[in-house]
Amino acid sequence: MMKMKIKQLSVFLENRKGSLSKPLELLSNNNINIRAMSMADTSEFCILRLVVNDPLKGKEILEENNFLVKVTDIIGVEMNDAPGGLTEVLKVLKDNEIDLEYLYAFTHDKTNKAILLLHTDNLEGLISALQENNIPLVPSSEAYNL
Amino acid sequence: MFWNEEIETMPRQDLEELQLKKLQATVKRAFNKIPYYNKRYTQAEVYPEDIETLKDIEKLPFITKDDLRESYPFGLFAVDIEEIKELHSSSGTTGKPVVSGYTEKDLDTWAETTARGLKMMGLGKADILQNTHGYGMFTGGFGVHYGCHKIGATIIPISTGQTRRQIEIMSDFGTTGLIFTPSYGIHIGEVALEDGINPKDLGIKAIGFGAEMWTEEIRQRVEELFGAKAYNIYGLTELMGPGIGVECGEQNGLHIAEDIYYPEIIDPNTGKVIGSEKSGELVLTNLEREGMPVIRFRTKDLTTLTYEKCSCGRTHARMSRITGRSDDMIKVKGVAIFPSQIEKALLKVGDVEPHYMIIVTRPGTLDEIEVKVEASQDIFFDGVKEMIAIQEKIGKSIENETGIRVKVTLVEPKTLPRFEGKAKRVIDERNLH
Repeated sequence: MMKMKIKQLSVFLENRKGSLSKPLELLSNNNINIRAMSMADTSEFCILRLVVNDPLKGKEILEENNFLVKVTDIIGVEMNDAPGGLTEVLKVLKDNEIDLEYLYAFTHDKTNKAILLLHTDNLEGLISALQENNIPLVPSSEAYNL
Repeated sequence: MFWNEEIETMPRQDLEELQLKKLQATVKRAFNKIPYYNKRYTQAEVYPEDIETLKDIEKLPFITKDDLRESYPFGLFAVDIEEIKELHSSSGTTGKPVVSGYTEKDLDTWAETTARGLKMMGLGKADILQNTHGYGMFTGGFGVHYGCHKIGATIIPISTGQTRRQIEIMSDFGTTGLIFTPSYGIHIGEVALEDGINPKDLGIKAIGFGAEMWTEEIRQRVEELFGAKAYNIYGLTELMGPGIGVECGEQNGLHIAEDIYYPEIIDPNTGKVIGSEKSGELVLTNLEREGMPVIRFRTKDLTTLTYEKCSCGRTHARMSRITGRSDDMIKVKGVAIFPSQIEKALLKVGDVEPHYMIIVTRPGTLDEIEVKVEASQDIFFDGVKEMIAIQEKIGKSIENETGIRVKVTLVEPKTLPRFEGKAKRVIDERNLH
C-alpha cells in the first residue's frame, strides 16, 4: 500500500527581518528541494512548514544548525484547479466533522490539478472521509517528487 | 522637626556608648536564647564577652537570607510564641519566605523609627497620611501605619491600586502626606492629569517613598507633579521593616536610626568592613529587638555611609540611596525577583533546563519585564494555538512564582548569550543606577 501521510517539516523561527533566509539557504546548499511551503506567523514567532524531497535529511541539516524542527504528518489531496475545487474538498471535511488545523495549496505540473495539503489531529478520520468520497489522495512519494 | 530630639542629635561619642551597650546585650541574648547563634558563634570561637568595643562586631559571622530561610518559620525567635504579637513575611522570593516576628515592644520600636521618619518629612498631628503601600504580610504598609499613629497624625490605609479612588480620596479627605513607590506615584499623578486634576492642587505637603530603586530624575518628576518634597524611606522585613533609614529635609542621605540599627559597609567580595564614604554592601544589626534579633545581616544592597553631622542637626549616620545589589535580585514594581524564580517557573512548564533572559524596562512610568525563553523540543508544537498556549502557560507559571505579570517571548534555540561560569540573566534597561 502506498504511503499517504506526507512528512512535513515544521521549523520554529522568530518573526524578525531575515530569519527565513538562513534555513532556506541551508536546504539549498545541501541540495534539498522545497516542494511546498507555508508560514504561520504571529507578531513574535512563525512556524515555517515545508514539504521537501528528503524530509529526514532536511531535518538533520536544520537541526545540525540549531534550528528547532518537528516532523508532522499531513495529507495531500488532488483537486480540480478550477473555481469550486477547494469548496468540494472542504464540504467533505465539514460533513464528516473533521476539525482542520491548517491547510495550504499549490499547483503542479499535472494539467488543471492543484495539490491541497491538510493537517488535522484526526488524520485517520480525514483519510477515510476523503477516500469514501473519492477524492484522490497524493501519495507521499509523489509529494516528495512532484 | 524631631520626634526624639535627644536621641537623634546625641553626640556621637554618647551614641556609640549606647550602641555598644545595646550590642553587648543583643549578642548575649542571641547567644543564650537562639540555638542558631549559639552554634554559629561557638563554631567561630567568638563569644559574647569578646564584644568589648563596637569594632569587635567584626569578629561575628554574618547572617544571610539563606540562614533566615533555613530557620523558617520561627527558628530565630528569642522568645516564646506567646510573646509574639505580630508576624510578617518577605514576599517569599526563592523557596521559603523569611518570617519576622515582633513582640509588643518591637512593634513600639518599629513605630518609633517610622515616627522619626515622618517627622523628618515634616509631618505631624494635623496631617492626613494616605498610605498606598500594601497592607498584609509585606511590612511596607504597617510600618508606616504604626509610625503615623505614634506621631498622632491621621492614616488612610488605602493600600495600592484603585488609582482613581486614590485621587478622589486625596481630594475629598484633604490628604497632606502620601506614601508610595516612585513609579506608582508617577502613575497616580498622570492619571490625575488625564482626568483634568492637577496633582499640585491636591495640597500634598510631603511624600515618602521606598521599596523600589529610583534616580534623582524620578524624584524630581514626582516633586514637580505633586508640588511637594519627596523623601526616601529604607527598610527591610528581615530587620523590622521600613524606617531603618529616612531622609530629612536636607534630602542628602537617609538617617539610619543608629540607636536601633547598627550599620556597617563591607566589600561584598571579601566581607571586610570598608568604613565610611566608600560604596559597598550594607550590613545591619538589630540593637533593640526582643522577638528576633538579627545580627550582621547582609542586605546585598549597595550604598555609602557618612558620619558627618547633617545640617538638620541629626548626628546619626546617613546612607546614600541604594545604587545597586551585590546579588542578582531585581526589584520590579516594588517586588523582589530573583532569576532563580523564573528558572523554577520555566522548569514547571518544560522538562529541560531552560535558557532564558530577563529584560526589565520602564517604557513609561511603570516597569515591564520581558522573559525571553529559547524554544526547545518539549515546548515546540506545529500549531500557533499550541505555541500561544505554551507562552501563556509560561507566563502564568512565572506569575505564580513571582506575583508579577511578564511578557513571554519565545526565541530560536542557541540565540541567547551563553556564559562561562555565572550566567548574567538580567538586562536592566531602566537606568536606575
